[in-house]
Formats: sequence, C-alpha cells, structure tokens
Amino acid sequence: MDEILKILQTNALEPRGSIARMLELSVEEVNQRVADYEKRGVIRGYQAILNEDQLDLDKVTAVIEVKVTPQREGGFDTIAERISRFPEVRSAYLMSGTYDLLLFVEGKNLRAVAGFVSERLAALEGVLSTSTHFMLKTYKRFGILMRQEPSDERLTITP
Amino acid sequence: MNGSPSLHSRLNAAVRDIPRSGIRDFFDIVTSMKEVISLGIGEPDFDTPWHVRESTVFALERGATHYTSNLGYLELRRALAGYVRKVFGAQYNPETEVLVTVGVSQALDLALRALLNPGDEVLYHEPCYVSYRATILFAHGVPVIVETRPENGFRLTRALLEAKLTPRTKVLMLNFPNNPTGAVMSRADLADLAAFARERDLIVISDEIYGELTYDAPHTSLVSLPGLRERTIFLHGFSKAWAMTGFRLGYACAPAELIEAMMKIHQYTMLCASSLSQKAALEALARPAADIGEMVQEYRRRRNFIAAAFAEMGLDCHRPLGAFYAFPSIAASGLSSTDFALQLLKEEKVAVVPGNAFGACGEGFVRCAYATSMANVQEAMTRLKRFLARR
Repeated sequence: MDEILKILQTNALEPRGSIARMLELSVEEVNQRVADYEKRGVIRGYQAILNEDQLDLDKVTAVIEVKVTPQREGGFDTIAERISRFPEVRSAYLMSGTYDLLLFVEGKNLRAVAGFVSERLAALEGVLSTSTHFMLKTYKRFGILMRQEPSDERLTITP
Repeated sequence: MNGSPSLHSRLNAAVRDIPRSGIRDFFDIVTSMKEVISLGIGEPDFDTPWHVRESTVFALERGATHYTSNLGYLELRRALAGYVRKVFGAQYNPETEVLVTVGVSQALDLALRALLNPGDEVLYHEPCYVSYRATILFAHGVPVIVETRPENGFRLTRALLEAKLTPRTKVLMLNFPNNPTGAVMSRADLADLAAFARERDLIVISDEIYGELTYDAPHTSLVSLPGLRERTIFLHGFSKAWAMTGFRLGYACAPAELIEAMMKIHQYTMLCASSLSQKAALEALARPAADIGEMVQEYRRRRNFIAAAFAEMGLDCHRPLGAFYAFPSIAASGLSSTDFALQLLKEEKVAVVPGNAFGACGEGFVRCAYATSMANVQEAMTRLKRFLARR
C-alpha cells in the first residue's frame, strides 16, 4: 500500500508538509496523490475515532448475522446493497461461514434496534434469518485501544 | 567529608579512575525538569510486540523459571543460528558457537575479558557507545581511539586504522550501524577492513545490534565477508529491532574456542541469561519480518523528517543511514556540545545528548534520537528551529 495512505490511516490530520518530509516527496506530489485517491474513491472520507463509552450516549449498537438468498442476477450484492442503504446500518460485510452478511446496526435503544430488525430487515425479501447480538463495551476500534495507555515509562536519557 | 574518606582509596584503581558516563550527569539535569521532549533516549519508543509479551506470560505460567544451560536454551540457539544465517549471512553451530547473554553489553564484556591480557590494545572508533572504553579498561586492555569524521560519513577506513596499529594491537571493535552517528558501512567499506584484519591477524568484535535498522540500503554484516567469520565475535540482541530493552537479551556467535572461553566467564559470573527472556526471544524469532518491518518504516519516516528539518534550519548533518540517531554538527552556533544541550533544554525543553558523551571527537555535535513519536519529533524540530533562530 502507498505509504501516504498508511500515514493518513494513522492520522488523517497529518499536515501534507509533514507527509512530504517523511517520504521525501514534494508537497505538490503528496497533494496530487491524495486528490487522486479521493477522486478515485479509494479515500472515502475522514472521520474521528471516538471512545463512545465516555460520552454516555443514548445509543446501542447491535452486531447482526444475516442469512440471505442470493439473487439470480447480482448474487449477494443486490440484497447487501439494499440492506446497506438503511441509515441504521453503520457497517455491512459479506462473510464466509455459517451466515452471509454481518451488520453493525445502531439505534436509540434496544427497542429501536429490535424494531428495525423485525420490521425492516427480517421483512425484506431474500432475508432468511437474523441473529442479533448487542455490544456491551468497546476495547479497541480501528486498531486503537480505548483504554488510555500509560505514559512513556522510559528513562528520559539513555545511552 | 562524610565519615569514611578512606573507602575511596580502597577502591580498585581501574574502577576509581574511570569517570562515570557523561550521559549520567545530563540525565540528572533532565529528570529534574518537567514536560521535556526527549531526543535523548537510546531505546525504541515502540512497545515490545504483543505476541512476544503474551508468550512470555505463558512461559511464566508454564513454569519456565529455572536455570537454563549456560549457553542458553538449545532451542533458542538453534533459532538464533537460523536467523543469523538468513539475515547476516554466516553459519554457526548452535551447539558450540552461539552464547546467549544478558544483552549485548554482557556479551561485549565477556568477549573482551576472554581475549585480553593486560596491555593488549583494542582499536575502537569514536564517537561510539558510551560503555566501550570503560569495558576495555575493566578487562585490563588498552583502548586505542580511532576517530571517525562527518566528511567520511563517520565511517571507518583502513588508513585510519593503520595509523593506530602497533605490535600490541590484538582486537578491532566495530559498531555499525552506529550509535550515536547513524553511520553505516557498505560492503566495499567493510571489505577494506576485512582485508586489514586478515593481514594484521586481528580478532574482530562486531556489535551489530542495529543491524536491522537501516533506511537506504540493507545492512552488510562483517561476518558475511570471506575469512572474517573465523576471526570475529559477532554480537547481536533483541533490544533494538524488537524493542525488548528491558528483557536484557543478547547473544554472541563466534568460533567454538572463543565461545568456550566466553562461556567459562559467563558460567562463573552470570550462570545464564533470564529463562523468561530467552522464551520471549524464541517467540520474537518466530515472525521477525512482520514486527521489524513496521518499525523500520516508521523510523525511516522520522529520519526523513529530521533530515529535512535540519536542512531547512541550516543545521549541518551527515545523512543518518541506520540505527535511530542523527548526529548534527552544532559548530555554527558557537557553543560547546554541553552548552548547546543545556541551553536547548532550559529554553525550549528539548533534550539532546552532548556529542562529547560519546568520545572527545564528538565535541561540536549533539545526538538526536528519533526513537520517539512523530508528533514529538515534529514539535522538537519546531522548538529547535526557534532556538537556532535566536542564535
């Protein structure tokens, strides 16, 4: 993978001038490559990674395993894209194994999610079954531990 | 005085006469200050890879808490021999030619004590790691300094060595990639030294602890050169490439007679390296490329950043090619290394190590370690630029 993407994945706010220095490129080159990735849709957006457990939000997240019937034309894509369009669905993946789609669904509370599953999701043509698990606590997201790491324990000067 | 003035006079003369590391004094000043960004730390900022830590816990649970063979677990020595063959290009017999030690520091001490008779001369290059000179002296050797220069990229040349050769010269000590200069030696550079060592029949101690950390070209090990394996004690360990400094685990590879002699001292003074650290090392060797690759990439970015920042602020610095140190000249500031470091610390709260801590010829330079987060590197460069602008 292009190192520019790696750096942006670690810190999307890294100034372009810094990236240029790190990779020994000109700022123009970095800008141009990032613009190109944005244009091609490789970079889909930039978001903050929140530790939502600290925010005491009125929100629950469910992980839902879904079995579906692939469609004659479009296979899993048609049904998966239809499901993905619901704003409640935050992430959706096609999986190997005992079920087909894995969804991360957000709702105001347990009832809201249950309502979404029974009235929207399970009711869709092609959805065979669902299995819903509610998330209790987040330890790590996008490679970042949610617990504050202890500060640097190294001595300040070592040979 | 405070009660027992006579004790000082009873100390071993060699120990008494060696000054404590210059880095120590500076450390005391730095630790008294708050919110310092330190470019003075000679150890990785990365955590030890989790699989290594996790398997160390498992080893503890499983009861790997006993003495090991003096040489170290045979399983580990086999893995080490395999790693050295693959990465450094020399073949060693794990049964007789590999010794697991408490860091490279102990391996170096063993090597010198095993080789030196009082008065034997050891050629070593400065600026260098702070303990070389003292370790030679403790082993009753005579340290003979060979000064390396920025014009040469702080590399060692045959001509420099020839000038210091005497009939008492017995050992040549090398450390590339180098702490504190970040210098490396190419295969061609090493070939000259190899020829010199062969012709002058010297034993070579090659400390290649930073061997994995090179940024523009892969490291060439001295022991991969023809005829050098037979006269070299190769030293390496886990502190730098795997970020395992606190595990204190190193090793030496050398012909059996040399390892046997080192093992004798090790056996009577240390017995063996920590069993848990040995288990950790074994796990580290299971997937070195994955662990080290990421860290090297990050160090390279920081090296690039620092080199560019120095160039912009007009600080003269040879290109650091390995380890995680930059060694810029601060001569243009008109300050001594120590004054520069002290003023930078007081005014901008950035800690660097005065170059003279690494030998007299390090005067006029400071060591900046980039084993700290990119954010810290960036902030340190901003402060350094401001500091220099006032000069």
